[in-house]
This record gives sequence, C-alpha cells and structure tokens, in this order.
Amino acid sequence: MTQEQLNGSQILLRALADQGADVVFGYPGGVVLPLYDELFKQNAVRHVLVRHEQGAVHAAEGYARSTGKVGVVLVTSGPGATNTVTGLTDALLDSTPLVCLTGQVPTSLIGNDAFQEADTTGITRSCTKHNYLVKDVTQLARTLHEAFHVARSGRPGPVLVDLPKDVLTAVGPYLSPQAVRHKSYHPRVRGDASAITETVRLMAQARRPLFYGGGGIINSGPQAAERLTQLVHATGFPITLTLMGLGAVPAHDPHFLGMVGMHGTYEANMAMHDCDLMLCIGARFDDRVTGKVSAFSPHSRKVHVDIDPSSINKNVMVDIPIIGDVGTVLEDMMQAWRALAPRPDRALLNPWWNVIEEWRARQCLKFEETDRVIKPQRVIRSLYEATRGRDVYVCTEVGQHQMWAAQHFGFDEPRRWMTSGGLGTMGFGLPAAIGAQMAHPDSLVIDIAGEASIMMNIQEMATAVQHRLPVKVFIINNRYMGMVRQWQELLYGGRYSESYSATLPDFVKLAEAFGWTGFKVEKADALDAVLKTALDAPGPVIVDVVVDSSENCFPMIPAGAAHNEILLGPADETGREPGNEEGMVLI
Amino acid sequence: MTTTLRQETRHTISVLVDNEAGVLARVIGLFSGRGYNIESLTVAEVDLREKLSRITIVTIGTPMIIEQIKAQLGRLVPVQKVSDLTAEGPHVERELALIKVKGVGETRREALQIADIFRARVVDSTHESFVFEIVGNTGKLDAFITLMEPLGLIEISRTGVVAIARGSQPL
Repeated sequence: MTQEQLNGSQILLRALADQGADVVFGYPGGVVLPLYDELFKQNAVRHVLVRHEQGAVHAAEGYARSTGKVGVVLVTSGPGATNTVTGLTDALLDSTPLVCLTGQVPTSLIGNDAFQEADTTGITRSCTKHNYLVKDVTQLARTLHEAFHVARSGRPGPVLVDLPKDVLTAVGPYLSPQAVRHKSYHPRVRGDASAITETVRLMAQARRPLFYGGGGIINSGPQAAERLTQLVHATGFPITLTLMGLGAVPAHDPHFLGMVGMHGTYEANMAMHDCDLMLCIGARFDDRVTGKVSAFSPHSRKVHVDIDPSSINKNVMVDIPIIGDVGTVLEDMMQAWRALAPRPDRALLNPWWNVIEEWRARQCLKFEETDRVIKPQRVIRSLYEATRGRDVYVCTEVGQHQMWAAQHFGFDEPRRWMTSGGLGTMGFGLPAAIGAQMAHPDSLVIDIAGEASIMMNIQEMATAVQHRLPVKVFIINNRYMGMVRQWQELLYGGRYSESYSATLPDFVKLAEAFGWTGFKVEKADALDAVLKTALDAPGPVIVDVVVDSSENCFPMIPAGAAHNEILLGPADETGREPGNEEGMVLI
Repeated sequence: MTTTLRQETRHTISVLVDNEAGVLARVIGLFSGRGYNIESLTVAEVDLREKLSRITIVTIGTPMIIEQIKAQLGRLVPVQKVSDLTAEGPHVERELALIKVKGVGETRREALQIADIFRARVVDSTHESFVFEIVGNTGKLDAFITLMEPLGLIEISRTGVVAIARGSQPL
C-alpha cells in the first residue's frame, strides 16, 4: 500500500483537520513561514491572528474550555515560543487541553544559538503535560495525533510540538489518526468497583455528608455534570464546588451551598469543616480550598474521585481513593446507590440541613449599598440579572473582581465560566473571551475585568476587531490592584506598596482608538441602564465601571487559618492577630 | 501513627521508560521541580528492540512523599512502569565503584589486603597507586571507602545503585 506523500506543512494542516481543529490561534514568524504559506492556500482551518503569543494561548484556553475541544496555538520559534510559557503553565494548572505548535530553527542549526533559537522543549518541559521535538518528517503525523490524544485524554493538559523549519518543508507520509496508538499512555477511566460500593455504603450511613466538586467534572463533559446533579438529588446531600467547578450543578439548586475555599461562602466552608463524609469529585484539595491542612475537615471520612493518581493523597490523606473518569465513576456510583436496599431514610439528614440553613441565614455574601458610589458586588449582580436566560459565557481576569464574579454570578451549566484558577494569571480574561467568542459567535461573551489585569493583554482588543468578535468587557475599576491592597490592609499594616493603579488610560478613548465602543459609569443609579446599552451594543464594548475603591472581598479565610475561622466582613478584621508564620508562608 | 507518617525512609524505585530524547531530563526535572531527593540515579537501555530504558532511583521521603513520587513518575507520558522495589518485597541491589588509592610500602600492602577481604579487584596498578574495582551494596562500598581513606584514597567513581526483584517475575 502506498502512503500519501505530503510536505510537513501539509501534513500538519491535514492532521489538524482530521483532529477536528477548525480554529488556530497564532502569530507568524520566520521559521513557520512555510506553514503560513500552506495556511494561506486552504480554508479548512481558520487562523486567528493575535497580537501577542500569550494571548494566543489564553484564547485557545477560552476556546477549549467553552467547547470541550482541544485548543490549538501556532507560533514561531524563539520569542514566539517563550511568550507561550505563561499560557501553557496556566493550561497545565487548570487541566485545559491544548496543542501548542512552535516553529524551530532547522535541525542542522539546533544548538548553534541560531537567530530566534530557543530550547523550546527544554523550557516548556515542566509547563506542559508532554512535549515533542519532531526531527524527522516521517514521524510528524504520528506525533501530532499522539499530541492531540495526550492533550485531551486522562487529565487534560497542554502538549507542545516543536517543528524545525526543514521538517515543515520535507516530504513524508501522512497517517490517519486511526493508524496511531500510543504504546504506553492509556489512562484509567473506570473506577474500582469495590471502592465505589464501599463509598455508597458510607453514603448510606452518613449523617453530615457533603459533595465537594471541582474542575474535573467540567473536564469530564456535560454528562458528568448531569450525573452529579442527579446523584445530588437522589441522595439529598448538600454540594459545594470549587472555583473551577462552578456550573457543574446549577447555581440555583437548593442543594448547592456556593463556592468553597478562601473566598467561598460561610455555609460551604463550615459544611466542609463539620461534615462526617466528604465526597471529593474531580477536585484536588488545593491550598486555596483547604486552608490550614492540619485543621482541614477533622471529623470526616474522605472519598476522592480523580483521573490523576498523583492527585490522591497529595495534600490531604483520604480514606477511599477512586481513580477514574468522574463521569464514568458517577454513573457507577448512581447505579450502586439505586441498588442499595434498604433505601436510607432521607429524614436522617434533617438535622444536618437545619445546621446548614442556620449558616445560610448569616447571608455571608450580603453587602452594604449606598446610592452614591457603585459597589463592585452590585455590578456583578446587575450583570447576572441583565443576562439571565441569555446564552452567556463569562471569563474573568484575576483578583477581587474574579472572586466577586465567582460569588455573585450564578452558573447553571458547565463550560460557561472560564477563569484562571490554578495559576491566577492576570490578563487571562480578554484573550479567553476572544477564544470563547470564536467558538460561539452568536452567544454573549463577557469578560469581567479589573483595571489592572485588563492592561496585561490589552493589545488583544485589536484581535477582537479584526475577527469581528463582539466581546463585552466590564472593568470593575477601583483604582487598585484590589486583592494586593486587601492583603496589604489585612496583613501588612495598610502599607499599600505599589498597589495603586497609577496613570490609568481613559478606557473610553482607548476603546474608540481600537475601534471598540466605550462607556464609563460612576453613579449607582446609572449602572443598570449603561449595562443594558453595553450588552445590546453590536460590536466589542468596554464599560469602565468606577466602583468603591475601599471595598474588600468577603467572606475570607485568611491564609493559614481553618475553615471555621472564616472572616465574614470588615468587622471581623479589627483586632485580628497578624497572620501566623504558616499563614504568611502561604501568601 | 504521626511519627511513622513523618518518618523518612529510603526507597529504591525502578522505572521502565521509552528510550526517547529528553526522558531522563523529564525524570530529573520532576525531582528537582517538586523538591524530592535523589540519592542515586542510574540509567541504561535494557531492551534494544522495544527501545526501553530502565532507570533506578534511590530516594528518601515520608510515606506520603514516596507515594507522590511514584504517582508523579507514573504520570509522565513515556513512563511504562514504576515499581517500588523496597515496598514490593525482596530484591537485590548492587553498585560498582572504581577507587584510586595512592601509597607506597606498608600502606600499599594494607590496601591490597583489605581489597582482598572485600573481594575488590585491582584493575590498574602503578608503582605508587592502585585502581580497585568493587561491587556490592551501598553499605559495603561505603565501608571499603572508609577503610581506604587513611591509606591514601584520592579519587572515587561510583555507578549508583542498580536493583532487581528476587524471584522469577519481571518488573
């Protein structure tokens, strides 16, 4: 059988098409010119020209996380490749499936300190799930298919393929995806049956059970979220979600206690602390969730479902580990629960729900409003109300506005919420929104931003205009790097070292300069009208919302504290001891 | 309970990997990036047809850390198998060292006698020096080196530990 012979660039484009990658976020340069030339001659793969390679990676993340598909990045060698490092690390920590294609100098020049040469596989080894340097065109198709497989299977993550220029021009065979099978990488999908049976037995006996779900549910797919919601309803157990897991169960579901963790709700954190059975589904006991590990949920048996064996017993020792895909394990768990006889008496949970309702009654997310200055929480609430029932995707930057968005915007479905959780990358939101809008051209895509974060990838405004992407950016402008200022206020004696947002641009004029529409709103009574106008405007829009500059984000578990030491508001701050050593280390 | 959980123990871990470019850098980068200890590390291709290499790592850590090391190694894409020989039963560990000792007269004779007791071989000799080759477990090599020190020890080259499980089963 003769195999079809193509040049490296053609092989690459064919592989992208066969892998279902219809959009590529990229930026051209010297060594990838052969590839860009092939790109020019075809229509199957669309290329989105970004304005900085970091923006390309975040855009691909927004695309991947809003669709469940693998996001694709294409950049040149040297600076093109090194500029992707932050985005790749972001994708690694948030388990986002990406394939990043980087150009490389010709194989004959590798190691010569050639123009725009960087040791890309060396630099990105620790910030990718896996990476490849393709030195032979006969290995190109196989490597690309393998890269997509590794990126999307198991615990998803970014995979980089480094492509020397001569490999892109050499002629070689094309292999279809079906012809490629990795010899050793086959992640486990099905959870251990006896562990699931044992878990269900514990669930039937639990008096204070709690589901604690994370991004693994979103990554597993919409089915996993549906099954989890069904299991929550079948058991009557309360559930909390991590920042990455929001949308896995509908926000309005009465079983949902809100987000857990440092800025999670009072009821979620207290329930984590007091529960007797913790069912961790696709979450990883991150330090932003656990607080002080030695005081973390001291009275509970813990079950941990995760596809990544290295997540088990990493931070917190668990009683029952279940390694497998969340969706598959939840299905098995649901069957085991249904088969359970006699059916547990749901009234047994009443005392637990009574306690939870008392915690809920504290209304930890309540904020004081005035008619003079706009409260940042109000902006999120109003945005949520103005977009309810609409087909909406929300991205954020990183900081106070991100936490307020997580607290006050309700997500009823998975893949509607895209935020940089693990790495906390300022500048994530705008390019991520661009990527999400590329995937969903007719949907409403919002970036909730801070005035400091938005400056970090502001150049991508041009990308939105070029590709007619009508993203709506709402800047919660408090003239501070708010989260930095909040910590300085709480832990560093109010010395606001370098956290003031000096010399900000006029965002309205900036919007106009880029061809966007800009609005500014300062008065509380004008807020709703401006939000509505902005949401209904046809093209990309920036709204500069000037908010109370002194507002802090509560509730808050100070670093190094336990869940039941949560601070509910400014009144709790006064007279607090300065953070202990463990806490200071965690900052 | 707490004391055993916090107690650090020495583990010998065998890792079977696809022999591809950068695989050793991945393993070493994992240890340095996550702050694990490497006491010794050896690597060589063991299956030419399947292109498999075997890495033997000696590391020290608490039970939780050792579990993490194994899980993290298992997560690397080119890793085919991770086996904790220390935890999984009896196994044999060997190390080879080449040891240069300089001396004349009485010390030279004493060095030869001790080498004989340790079954070390002389692989190079001049009028004023020997190079000994010694094979054994780490403790035996350490003991031999300690004894050579006052007799004119000037240079050591060690392979690090290689290990294999006892019995008929493969890794």
